[in-house]
Amino acid sequence: MDAIILQILNGLDKGSAYALIALGLTLIFGTLGVVNFAHGALFMLGAFCAVTVQRILSLSYSVLDETKKDFLGNPLKVDTHYIEAWFGPEIGASIIDWSVPLAILFSIPVMIAVGFIMERGLIKHFYKRPHADQILVTFGLAIVLQEIIKAYFGANPIPTPAPALFTGSFDFGVLIGFAENAITYPIWRLVYFIFALLVIAAVFAFLQFTTFGMVVRAGMADRETVGLLGINIDKRFTIMFAIAACVAGVAGVMYTPINSPNYHMGMDFLVLSFVVVVVGGMGSLPGAVLAGFMLGILEAFASMNEIKQFIPGIDQIIIYLVAIIILLTRPRGLMGRKGVMEE
Amino acid sequence: MLGLNKKDALLFMIVALLVGIAPFLLNPFPEGSSLGQMFNAGYPDLMQRFVIFGILVIGFNILFGLTGYLSFGHAAFLGIGSYSAVWMFKLLGYNIVPAILLSVLVSGVFSLLIGFIALRRTGIYFSILTLAMAQMCFNLAYSVLGNPNSNFNLTNGETGLQVYGNDPQYLMSEGSREIPHLFGLAMRDSYQWEISGWLFTFNTGYYLSGIIMLVAFYLSIRIFRSPFGLMLRAIKSNKQRMNYTGLNARPYALAAFVISGMYAGLAGGLLSSMDPLAGAERMHWTASGEIVIMAILGGVGTLVGPILGSGFIEYFKNILSKINDSLLHQWLSWLPDGLEDGIVWVLHFFVGKGWQLTLGVLFMLVVIFLPGGLVEGGQRVGRLFRRKKGGADGASAKQPAE
Amino acid sequence: MAILEVKGVNKRFGGLQALGNVNLSVQENTVHAIIGPNGAGKSTLLNCLVGKLIPDTGSVMFDGQSVLGRQPFEINQMGISRVFQTPEIFADLTVLENVMIPCFAKRDGAFRMHAIEMVASEKGIREQAEQMLEDVNMLSKLNEHAGSLSRGDKRRLEMAMCLVQEPRLLLLDEPTAGMARADTNNTIDLLKEIHDKRNITMAIIEHDMHVVFSLAQRITVLAQGTPLVEDTPENIKGHPKVREAYLGEAN
Repeated sequence: MDAIILQILNGLDKGSAYALIALGLTLIFGTLGVVNFAHGALFMLGAFCAVTVQRILSLSYSVLDETKKDFLGNPLKVDTHYIEAWFGPEIGASIIDWSVPLAILFSIPVMIAVGFIMERGLIKHFYKRPHADQILVTFGLAIVLQEIIKAYFGANPIPTPAPALFTGSFDFGVLIGFAENAITYPIWRLVYFIFALLVIAAVFAFLQFTTFGMVVRAGMADRETVGLLGINIDKRFTIMFAIAACVAGVAGVMYTPINSPNYHMGMDFLVLSFVVVVVGGMGSLPGAVLAGFMLGILEAFASMNEIKQFIPGIDQIIIYLVAIIILLTRPRGLMGRKGVMEE
Repeated sequence: MLGLNKKDALLFMIVALLVGIAPFLLNPFPEGSSLGQMFNAGYPDLMQRFVIFGILVIGFNILFGLTGYLSFGHAAFLGIGSYSAVWMFKLLGYNIVPAILLSVLVSGVFSLLIGFIALRRTGIYFSILTLAMAQMCFNLAYSVLGNPNSNFNLTNGETGLQVYGNDPQYLMSEGSREIPHLFGLAMRDSYQWEISGWLFTFNTGYYLSGIIMLVAFYLSIRIFRSPFGLMLRAIKSNKQRMNYTGLNARPYALAAFVISGMYAGLAGGLLSSMDPLAGAERMHWTASGEIVIMAILGGVGTLVGPILGSGFIEYFKNILSKINDSLLHQWLSWLPDGLEDGIVWVLHFFVGKGWQLTLGVLFMLVVIFLPGGLVEGGQRVGRLFRRKKGGADGASAKQPAE
Repeated sequence: MAILEVKGVNKRFGGLQALGNVNLSVQENTVHAIIGPNGAGKSTLLNCLVGKLIPDTGSVMFDGQSVLGRQPFEINQMGISRVFQTPEIFADLTVLENVMIPCFAKRDGAFRMHAIEMVASEKGIREQAEQMLEDVNMLSKLNEHAGSLSRGDKRRLEMAMCLVQEPRLLLLDEPTAGMARADTNNTIDLLKEIHDKRNITMAIIEHDMHVVFSLAQRITVLAQGTPLVEDTPENIKGHPKVREAYLGEAN
C-alpha cells in the first residue's frame, strides 16, 4: 500500500509538467488550430528565465580584503554579491536563495512578450497555410530557440536549487498513518504539484467565468460561427497564445529545481506532451490534464523495481505503449470530440 | 530512354553524370591550400554521406512529397536498417549483400507495423504518432534492448552495436577481408589520383552507394510517373474526392509509407556498410527532423529536390563547422576594428559548433518565403533570366514533377 | 424496376430527429428529385446513401444489395457516384489527371499497386478521359490546373469525373447552388443530355424549382425528415399538401 502511494506521489511532479505543457498545447491547438512544435521550447525558455534570474541576483564584484592573506601573503580577493551589499548579507543571501520563486515574477512578462511576438510575428501568417507548414515553421523555431540558448548558456545542465526552506524531504506516510520513513517525499515536488494545480485551476476559472473565456471556448467549439458573429477573434487568439506561453514558461521555471535545465529539455518534454494530448483527446482541456497526470503516474509505476524486474525497461516505453493501445481502441483519445482535425 | 520521357531522362542523366564526376567537382582547390582546406569536400566519408542521405530523402519524398503525410519519425527506419546490417556482419561475415538485403527487409516490416498504426489517423495526428513511435524505437534501442548484461542485447545501448572478435560470422572463409566488402571489394578502399597539387579520391563505397542511389532515384521517377504515384498525389490533393471516386486511400498511403521506410532502411544499411557501427543516436527525433529539413530545403514533391537538399545540408554542415573566430577575423580584417569585432561576435553564434542555428534559421526562412525549396528558388531565378532574355523559353533541368 | 430502395430509415442527432421513417424508391433510368425546405433532411438522406452516415434503423438497398456499413469507396465501386454542393476535385492536379483517376478506379478497383508502369503509356485510359472531356466541352483545358478553373468549369469537371465511371446511379447535391441563371440553364442542358445519351439514373437534391421541373420525372417532397408525397411533377405542382408545406412559401 505504501509503495503504491509512493509511486503515485512520484508520478505527480512529472505528470504536473506534462499536464501544464499539454494544457498550453491544447489551448493553442483548440483556438488557433495550430500544432505548436515550439511549445517545448517555451517550457525551456521559462526554465532559463530561472537561470537568468539566478545569475542576475548573484552578480558580484570583487574587492581586495587586506585583513585576509593568501598563502603568499598577498591580500585575498573576496567576491561579494551586489544584492548582499545593498540589502545586507542576510536578506541578500535569502533573496538569492529564493531566486526560483522570484523568477516567476520575471518570467511572466518575458513569456507574455515572447508569446506575443511569436504569434504576431510568425504564427499569424500561417493560419491559412497547410498544417504541415505550421508544424514545420514551429519546428524550425524550436530549433532556433534551442540553439540560441545552447550558444549562450552552453550545453551542460545548470543547477538551479530550490529555496533552502523547500529542500529535503518530509515524511508523508506519518501523516496518513504509516510507519515512519515509509513514504518520504521531496518537499519541492509537492510544491510543484500544488503550483500546477493552482495554475490549472486558474486557467479553467478564466475560461469558465470570464466573457473572454466564454468567447474562447465558443471559438474552440466552432471557429467559423464565432467569426461570423463579428467578434474579433484575432486579438483574443494573440492573448490566448500569450497565456499558453506563460503557462509553459512558469511550468519551466518551477521545474528547474527538480531537473537542472539544459537546452534540449523542451523537446524531450514536447514529444511526451504530444502523446499526452493525443491520449487525452485533441482539443479537450480536461482530457489533456487528466492524461498528463495519468501518464506521469503510470510512468512512475513502471519504474518500480518490482515491475522492471518483470519487464525490463518498461518505464522507458510505457507511455508510448499506452498511447498506441488507446489510439487503437479509442481513436479520438479519452475525451476527444468528433471532428477535431479530421478530414 | 529507360521508359522515361525526354525531360526525366535528361534529368536522370545529369544526376548520374554529377554522381560520376563528384570527386572532381567537390575538390576544386589544390590539396593543402587554404581554400582547399575550407571548401574541398571530396573525402570518402563525406561523399558517401551525400549519396546515402540522398537515398534517405528520396524515399522520404515519396511519402511526404506525394501523399502529404508528414512523418516525423523516419530516422527510426534508418536506425533499424543500420542495426540489421551490423547484425549480418556479426552473424554471417563482412559481405554487404546480406546486410543490405536484411536492412531493407527489416525496416520494411517495421514500417508496415508502424504505418498500420499511424495511418489510422491523418494530418497532425499522423505526424505526432510517427514522432512518438520513433521515439519509442529510440528508447528501445538506447536502453531497453541494449543492456550489455542481459541475454537479449540487440543494440548494445550507448556504446553502439559493433562487430567483435568472438562473433560467429558463419560465412567468413579463410582470407576474406575483415572490413565490409562486396565480394572482396572493400568499401574503405580508395584510389587516389594526384595531379600537380590536386588530389582526387575515388572511393569504392562512394561509387557503390552512388550507383544504388541512382537506382533508387530511377525507381522514384518511375513511381512519380506511375498510376500509383498519381493516386498518391490524389491523396494529398483531396482525400474526400478520392474516397467518393471508389479508391481506398489507406492501402495506397501504407504502400507509400512502407516504400519510403525501405528506402530509409537501405540508407541505414549502407551507412553501416561504410562504417560497421550502429548507434541509437541515428534514430533520435533530431535525426528525423534533419530528414524533414533536407526534404523541405531541396523542394518537396519534386524529383531532384531531395538530392539537392541532402547534398546542400551535408556540404554546408561540413563547411560551417570548420569556420572559427580567428578565421572570421582574418576574413573581415579589412573592416574597421569595432565593426569587425561586432560582426564576428554575431557570426560566432552561427558557425563552428553553432551551425545548427544557421540550419534552423535557414530552414525557417525557406518554410516562410520559399515553400518550394531550392527547386522553386532555381525556377524563380530561371524565370528572371528568361524574362531578361525576352521570354525565350527553355526547359530547366530542375523542373519539378508537376 | 427500382434501382435504389430506401425503407424505414431513421436518423437522430442527439435530440433532433433528422430523418423519420423515410421510404423512397428510385426507378431505373429516371431522374428523381428530392425537394424540401431547408432542414428537411435532404443532405442527411444523401449522406446515408453514400456511406458517410449510417442510419439508426432501416435499410438502403442498391440493386438488391445493402449499402449500409460500407465505406464510401465501396459504395462507389457498387456504382453510385456523387456530385457535391461545392465541387470536390483534385485541385493540385491537371484536368486530364482529374478525369484519369476515376478511370483507373473503374478499371483497377479500390486499390492496385501499379508503381512501375507509366501513366503516359496507359493509352486506353487517356483516350477514355479525353473522350469524356470532349463530351463536356473541356478538351481545350486538358492541361490546366483544376484548382484554377472557374466555378462552373469545376462543376463540369466534377460531373465528368463521375460520368466517366459510368455509374448506375448519379447523386447530385444541389448542382446549381449559387449559379447565375445562364449557368443554371447550361447545367440543366448538360444533365438532360447526359440522361438522354447515357441513360443514367439520377437522384437530385435541389432547391431551385426551375431545375426540378425541367429535369425530374418523379419528385419526392421531404418535410421535417419525413416524405410528404411522391408523384410526377404535374401532380406535385397542384398538390395542396406540398403547396402548404413548401411551394406556398417558396413562391
